[in-house]
Amino acid sequence: MTVKSDESATPKRRSRNPRDAALAWVRRGEWEPVLGVISVTALLVLWQVAAWTGLTNELYSSSPIGIFEAGKEYVTSPDFVTDLSVSGQEFVVGVGIAVLVGIPLGLAMGWYRWVNAMLDPIVTFAYASPRVAIMPLLTIWFGIDKTSKVALVFLMAIFPIVINTSMGVRQIDVALLRVAKSFNASDWKICRTVILPGAVPSIISGLRLAIGVGLIGIVVGEFVAATAGIGHMMQEASGRFQTDLVFVGLFLLAGTGVLLTSLLRRLEKKFEVWRPSLNS
Amino acid sequence: MTTIDTRPPKLVADGLSIEYQVKRSGERFQAVKDITFEVSPESFTCIVGASGCGKSTFLSAVAGLLPYTGGSLSLDGRLITGPGNDRAVVFQTPALLPWRNVLGNVVYGLELRGTPEAQARVKAQEMIKLVGLAGNENRFPHELSGGMQQRVNLARALAADPELLLLDEPFAALDAITREVMQGELLDIWQKTRKTALFVTHQIDEAVFLADRIVVLSRGPGSVVTAVVDVDFPRPRTDAVRRSPEFLAKVDEVWALIKG
Repeated sequence: MTVKSDESATPKRRSRNPRDAALAWVRRGEWEPVLGVISVTALLVLWQVAAWTGLTNELYSSSPIGIFEAGKEYVTSPDFVTDLSVSGQEFVVGVGIAVLVGIPLGLAMGWYRWVNAMLDPIVTFAYASPRVAIMPLLTIWFGIDKTSKVALVFLMAIFPIVINTSMGVRQIDVALLRVAKSFNASDWKICRTVILPGAVPSIISGLRLAIGVGLIGIVVGEFVAATAGIGHMMQEASGRFQTDLVFVGLFLLAGTGVLLTSLLRRLEKKFEVWRPSLNS
Repeated sequence: MTTIDTRPPKLVADGLSIEYQVKRSGERFQAVKDITFEVSPESFTCIVGASGCGKSTFLSAVAGLLPYTGGSLSLDGRLITGPGNDRAVVFQTPALLPWRNVLGNVVYGLELRGTPEAQARVKAQEMIKLVGLAGNENRFPHELSGGMQQRVNLARALAADPELLLLDEPFAALDAITREVMQGELLDIWQKTRKTALFVTHQIDEAVFLADRIVVLSRGPGSVVTAVVDVDFPRPRTDAVRRSPEFLAKVDEVWALIKG
């Protein structure tokens, strides 16, 4: 019985010579994030210098320092807590319902041909249409409170989840299904042991898209009609020509998007220990 | 070796025919027209035939994955109407769940059948050891060679403790060296477990090396049993058997039957 041994036994040699160490560091590509820091810093400095020298008008385009000051003031005000909790609730509830409804729906569409035949025209139509356009209607139905925004976030987020999930199901290896069937597995067990785990990578891609469009849903929804929330705050600030504060809202939203996406990336990695990595 | 087996046959195929609808064209396709033979308990039977003769289709029907349209197929006197706990299949491709490690894959069949977890794990460990993969329980399929993946495939089927072990060209995708090694090991394992085995292959030397009986199918579509050839080389068989003139003569005999 010959069993292959691990090939990762060769230890990586690290030189103590600083020049060699630096070269090795460059070769490993660890300096690449530094490039990103440099470019972002350069951009911020340019922006600030342009504002100081009067090249740009701070009233319109603000400046990094101005935004920082406005941000400090805003996050320490009671409005911040209210806005964040309102927008946060709209997002979490809207995306949450989209996940709870979207994943089972996507699984059913991928697995049962008749479910797909029945729902595909609706899903395709809804996915292709600019869903934010329904917001005025949602305002009529649900008022200007959180409910109308939850509805919009839900409608924005559910379709990428449904479409990706059903695509993931359809890509599952038929050979695995044969194995499960040969062991006389019930539909429920096939779903739990083959289909759901097989579709996880697609489901996570769907979630990533859902987060992006969900954030759009909050902002657009609050622009149209709201009494509180980050988007509402930006709209108000814009009316008062508080460019700094508008930028603060923009960065808050972008930061949230980045944070959630990277959390999802972690989740994805956890599910993918079984995948061959590119360099192995 | 010369004692006559008086026990009732394990598997009986009687005038079996299998027809199915081709998905794209919608036409009816008759894969197998009239297959009649018996498999005795604890024997090793190989089915050979040219590619497209319906041998894998036949095996799918025995596994209960494909309905047959005529004749009858029974295991231990009971008609086969679908998949059952009395059979387990070793598939042509390893078909391992990529997100489960070796142990998780071998346990899989038992898990689907509702065997208590602790008991299933013990059984799975035992089979992993039997196929020579002890120490690899925590490795994932993508970390294994093709031969090792097929061992997992075999262990998964054996763990289910079937009355009849079905093997669908399990070594077809392996390189020549690994294939010979695996054939030898399969015989060792079979000798230990004494599971009745039905093995489909298009490699005649493989069939002659493994089998007690070889069922030769005619060219498809609509294939029938051309001949049933007994192979009585003593067991346990070693690689020396492969080099013997009797072995080569047997291979030639089956070859001639296939060419018709």
